[in-house]
Amino acid sequence: MTRYSIVSLARNALSHHEHWPRLWRSPEPKPAYDAVIIGAGGHGLATAYYLAKNHGVTSVAVLEKGWLGGGNTGRNTTIVRSNYLWDESAAIYEHSLKLWEGLSQELNYNVMLSQRGVLNLAHNLHDVREGKRRVYANQLNGVDAEWLTPDQVKAFCPILNTAPDARHPVLGSTLQRRAGVARHDAVAWGYARAADARGVDLIQNCEVTGFDIKSGRVEGVVTTRGTIKTSKIGCVVAGHSSVLAGLAGFRLPIQSHPLQAMVSEPIKPVLDCVVMSAAVHVYVSQSDKGELVLGAGIDGYNSYAQRGSFHVIEAQMGALKELFPIFSRLKMMRSWGGIVDVCPDASPIIGKTPIEGLYVNCGWGTGGFKAIPGSGFAFAHTIAKNEPHALNAPFSLDRFVSGALVDEHGAAAVAH
Amino acid sequence: MSQRFRLPSGGRVDRAKTLRFRFNGRSYEGYQGDTLASALLANGVHLVARGIKYHRPRGIHAAGVEEPNALVQLGRGARSEPNARATEIELFDGLRATSVNVWPSLAHDWRSINGLFAKLLVAGFYYKTFKGTQGLWQRVYEPMIRRAAGFGRAPTLPDPDRYDHMNEHCDVLVVGGGAAGLMAALTAGRAGARVMLVDEQSEPGGWLLGCGASIDQHPAPKWVAGVVAELRGMAEVVLLPRTTAFGYYDQNYVCLLERRADHLGRAAPAYSSRQRVWHVRARHVVLAAGAHERPLVFADNDRPGIMLAGAVTTYVRRYGVLPGRRAVIFTNNDSAYETALALTQAGADVVTVIDARAEPGGALAMAAREAGIRVLDGRVVIGTRGTRRVSGVELGRLGADGSSAEPTSERLDCDLLAVSGGHSPVVHLFSQSQGRLRFDETLGAFVPGEPAQPQQMAGAINGLSSLALCLADGLRAARAALEATGFSEATTMAVPRVEPEGQSGALRPLWLVPGHKPIGRGRAKHFVDLQNDTTAADILLARREGFEAVEHMKRYTLAGFGTDQGKTANLNALAILARATGRSIAETGTTTFRPPYTPVGFGALAGTEIGALSDPIRMTPMHDWHVAHGAAFENVGQWRRPWCYPRSGETMQDAVNRECLAVRRAVGVLDASTLGKIEIVGPDAAELLNRIYTNGWKTLRVGQVRYGLMCREDGMVFDDGTTARLAPERYVMTTTTGNAAIVLDWLEEYLQTEWPELKVYCTSVTEQWAVASIAGPKADALITRLAPSLDLSDAAFPALTLREGVVAGIPARLFRISFTGEPSYEINVPSDRGLALWEAVMEAGAPLGVAPYGTEAMHVLRAEKGFIIVGQETDGTVTPLDLGLERMVSRQKDFIGRRSLGRADTRRADRKQLVGLLTDEPSVVLPEGAQLVRKDDATRAPPVPMIGHVTSSYYSAVLGRSIALALVKGGRGRHGEIIAARFDGRTVLARIGPPVFIPKPEASSDG
Ligand SMILES: Cc1cc2nc3c(=O)[nH]c(=O)nc-3n(C[C@H](O)[C@H](O)[C@H](O)COP(=O)(O)OP(=O)(O)OC[C@H]3O[C@@H](n4cnc5c(N)ncnc54)[C@H](O)[C@@H]3O)c2cc1C
Repeated sequence: MTRYSIVSLARNALSHHEHWPRLWRSPEPKPAYDAVIIGAGGHGLATAYYLAKNHGVTSVAVLEKGWLGGGNTGRNTTIVRSNYLWDESAAIYEHSLKLWEGLSQELNYNVMLSQRGVLNLAHNLHDVREGKRRVYANQLNGVDAEWLTPDQVKAFCPILNTAPDARHPVLGSTLQRRAGVARHDAVAWGYARAADARGVDLIQNCEVTGFDIKSGRVEGVVTTRGTIKTSKIGCVVAGHSSVLAGLAGFRLPIQSHPLQAMVSEPIKPVLDCVVMSAAVHVYVSQSDKGELVLGAGIDGYNSYAQRGSFHVIEAQMGALKELFPIFSRLKMMRSWGGIVDVCPDASPIIGKTPIEGLYVNCGWGTGGFKAIPGSGFAFAHTIAKNEPHALNAPFSLDRFVSGALVDEHGAAAVAH
Repeated sequence: MSQRFRLPSGGRVDRAKTLRFRFNGRSYEGYQGDTLASALLANGVHLVARGIKYHRPRGIHAAGVEEPNALVQLGRGARSEPNARATEIELFDGLRATSVNVWPSLAHDWRSINGLFAKLLVAGFYYKTFKGTQGLWQRVYEPMIRRAAGFGRAPTLPDPDRYDHMNEHCDVLVVGGGAAGLMAALTAGRAGARVMLVDEQSEPGGWLLGCGASIDQHPAPKWVAGVVAELRGMAEVVLLPRTTAFGYYDQNYVCLLERRADHLGRAAPAYSSRQRVWHVRARHVVLAAGAHERPLVFADNDRPGIMLAGAVTTYVRRYGVLPGRRAVIFTNNDSAYETALALTQAGADVVTVIDARAEPGGALAMAAREAGIRVLDGRVVIGTRGTRRVSGVELGRLGADGSSAEPTSERLDCDLLAVSGGHSPVVHLFSQSQGRLRFDETLGAFVPGEPAQPQQMAGAINGLSSLALCLADGLRAARAALEATGFSEATTMAVPRVEPEGQSGALRPLWLVPGHKPIGRGRAKHFVDLQNDTTAADILLARREGFEAVEHMKRYTLAGFGTDQGKTANLNALAILARATGRSIAETGTTTFRPPYTPVGFGALAGTEIGALSDPIRMTPMHDWHVAHGAAFENVGQWRRPWCYPRSGETMQDAVNRECLAVRRAVGVLDASTLGKIEIVGPDAAELLNRIYTNGWKTLRVGQVRYGLMCREDGMVFDDGTTARLAPERYVMTTTTGNAAIVLDWLEEYLQTEWPELKVYCTSVTEQWAVASIAGPKADALITRLAPSLDLSDAAFPALTLREGVVAGIPARLFRISFTGEPSYEINVPSDRGLALWEAVMEAGAPLGVAPYGTEAMHVLRAEKGFIIVGQETDGTVTPLDLGLERMVSRQKDFIGRRSLGRADTRRADRKQLVGLLTDEPSVVLPEGAQLVRKDDATRAPPVPMIGHVTSSYYSAVLGRSIALALVKGGRGRHGEIIAARFDGRTVLARIGPPVFIPKPEASSDG
């Protein structure tokens, strides 16, 4: 792998940038691999990378039906945080955040992690109670967390409307300073490049259309580019997880919903942190390109089409204007949708399935971008060792049978 | 001299109305009918902006929404708007605009030094660099990047303007009021269809407004005026100028933005909304959105004075402005000859056409030659000169395969370079509507293929370039729309006659014009996306690095990511990528077109749903009384509820203490109107209740009330409340305030999807009843005063029953239910009598010492008795058994969540269970949400295992100490244990006990 740096950039400038190598090869699928990952989103690519790096499994193919990083990974609002309520969640998200903090160096690719702080606003007494509860839990779990009063919120984000007579006034906020945003494409591309460098084959335009399963064990996958033999398959396809599980003959407790996001036209810096509000449904940050990046609520119906309803966007803007009256004359430049895979307890599923050798990593719903490094790390372990890592053991598919749910609905406020 | 480049006559500007405006602090004049762009050009101002990356000088490039360069900050103060396109801003008197992202000035912009590092600032350079350490990135590099990014600035004040929304249905929605759109609207309108015709410009007509042809023997603009007048006279036709169709959703749902006041400046009337979003449901849609001209990609093609040829024609003919006197026209197709003719007719000094084709063919080209215009064919522009404005071009002879150009010695001086690379149909809305695009090789553009919704495409959007064909296509489309919607043409329409009409020659596809040096070498830049400063070299680099998918290329190079959504850039970028990868353009495919077509203001999208209207505020019938009596309010869902009633001099805590004591010692009254109330009616009502609630309902007799608990499928408590049987087949359920709508949804979901066989209806009656809850030892005395005939003895009116009667002269339902442990009655009266009831209660209760109490006192009172509040003691992870409510869980029947209660995890012994907590220090009130740890872990550093958390915590006035409820692992087995609460850096010890602080007295039926 050519190392990227200002020096290599300068050196390549002398040869008119004509000698940069590809970030990843474009190989033909081989007849067989030790492991196959379905879905080249962030989670799939990270899994492949850690399989190669941490477990020495390099005969790996990542199969992607479109272009790598083009699913939710390339469509999300990129909020990265780890201030989850429950111990199980805090552990995996915090592990993920720690990996994030060194990711640009590890991948030798600038993923632009921007730890500008995430506010989760409280607008009523219930929010305050739950917000504080989460802060106290985070602190005891070793996750940085603070509670801010309305005045402190105003000081931290001066353009926020904290007027007491607002429809839903700001009564306080949690703050995680180490949280922030990152550049979504860079994460996909960085992992892809690093995985490729370790020998992983990234195969785009290759859709999985079936499984080769004999007496309860996987023997291969059927794809639009032929059948590929393997004894281990990691299925990491977000909104399409239930479709693939269906092909393998089992069901997942997952609902797929459209979730929309949008950006404003690029403007000069005006917002220096990430603001999330569950009661006034908004989450917003400003990207390094100057665009305000906003997320809407999920559409109520199930869908696999990557677009949502207009009224959801309008509701979103009303809420935004409540919190940021000065944004009214800015303009929405682009809106789009992704399909999010939501579990009943709003927590992911990472682990084994009823089919031997088939593992799933899904259910990240509206909030899995932040988990990419941690999830890839744990899932690679699961596939390599055929048993979950301590971090993902609580997130098994079994929990929907045993009842050991990790319910982040009630307390996690906004799920992004 | 003012307006030096204004032609003496012609155009659609009103020379009698001079408008003054300021640009970058300098005063200028223009005319009514100008855009900011045309007025600037009339004054000879070409330099209006700087490129985002290299900060090279940039000028006005287009004449419409496709403009990539000329973004300005419009207006000042609260009404300031960033990134407005000068080509779309209608001039008004007093307009002020400034260039964006330049410092200290447009002419001398310090960031133009970036040009020196241009070689380093290639596509994606920031992914490869700036990653030394997280700290360095965050403190040094990222702030640098952020400061450089962005165009204009957000206003610093709230927006004073109003916005609104309209819903409309029509038979035929015509998008675009050019030749095809007008023809379609006229045809549909005459047939009697309900038609909406929308056009983004200030007046309909589109390209006809600057067109030299005649239609039915009238100059084109006059024909337009006739059609518009006829349309305006039709009762069923709505004609909306300044209106952009920006989003096309399923079922022909099209969203429009109408700019109602922007063009009026200070003259805008106060009653008008600034902008309006229309939600249109059309039975049929005719997309007649036209085509955008593409620039050619050649060396240094970004200088001010380099404009799209069609835009030049528009400035000359529509605005009476001469954008340059010495013009070079560079084209690969016939349309630019119209520009040559327009410039010549307007009196330009020199006009030279550089045509990439070896044998330029069509009628227009002939006409131009006949007019004496010099044409150099087989030639291309391989370089340009000029700093703040183009001053000359260098030419080359294009090789047969188009991949190389032999420099010639020809050098032309010029002050205007008009370019045309062909036209791209405006397929954005078509594509948003899920229609499939098809690449047309002869046009060199994507055109609409198979539509996915009831719609027609008409005119230039179909790739038609001749006016006569566009008019005919408009007629055809309208006929199809009429047929689809069941209308018949009133009188047979004919296609108007167009003169002159001639064949145009074929276009020579030319995606990347070769220059002196291979692309990417040398200093010249071949810009593809002018707004994002994406060059052809960037695209080739992207390809080289493996970004072959068009979406990858786009994301890596940012081509098409601008505020213009790449209207002029996308196809060139795509074609360059296609050629570099050896694929066809069709194989390469486009990126997805996403709403909105052009940017839409957040304020307009929000409409009127802001401030108090952002979420309805619900108030009880007694609200005004509470306000008049100094209540402090709490928001609970959409409701405003009195939190407490502090008297002057009292703190909130004082007030709560006083209210609690009043209830325990005398009598208090709570406004409980907000509790959800659902009437459940039908022969299967009891069956429904039995399935929804965890406890049994088959034995409840008419007149009885029962407390119920409901779970989700996962066995976790979801809501609680009492339900009364009013009649054999009629029940009224109460829910928590916040869950009222959610519970109704829940019942409906089950009734509609799982149990459609149940004969039962559910109706929300929350708003129909006002409720005063009377509690305290003197509750009976108070009720007796209000309803003297009512027998309140335990025998006549036992706990958990209801009676109908007259209370204070008002027909009422009385429920004997208690949430405080005191004798208690909930009086329900029709809403409109709520206030009268409340006032009667206060009056009758005065001698008894009645006190109104708010939600906080209610919370304290119930906690003293150990009653739970859903959403406080529960959070979606708590079962009835965790709460110690096993008596509420029937073993006899099935109910939602039952199966889950038998699961391994739900039976775990160390589940968190509800307990009471008493702090060692009685005056310390724990914060709700405080986490609990073992005493041994009181000071342990994180991570610390948590064994539970405080769910409710108060100061109890009657007990004279703090009390708290908590969920603690295995809590029921830990009574007596001392544990530590940790919060805010503090540790407080507390003893676990039962979750009841004032036990129920023997023989009480209310506690
Ligand atoms: C609008 C939006 C906003 C969001 N905001 C945030 C946020 O702020 N913070 C956050 O943490 N998370 C956020 N999320 C969630 C986050 O984006 C996802 O959880 C995460 O990106 C999922 O990554 P993934 O790799 O699992 O899935 P994806 O990135 O969707 O990748 C799955 C891949 O599988 C491929 N695939 C599917 N079927 C097949 C098949 N049969 N064969 C081969 N390949 C297939 C798909 O093409 C796709 O590339 C948001 C999501 C959306 C949609």
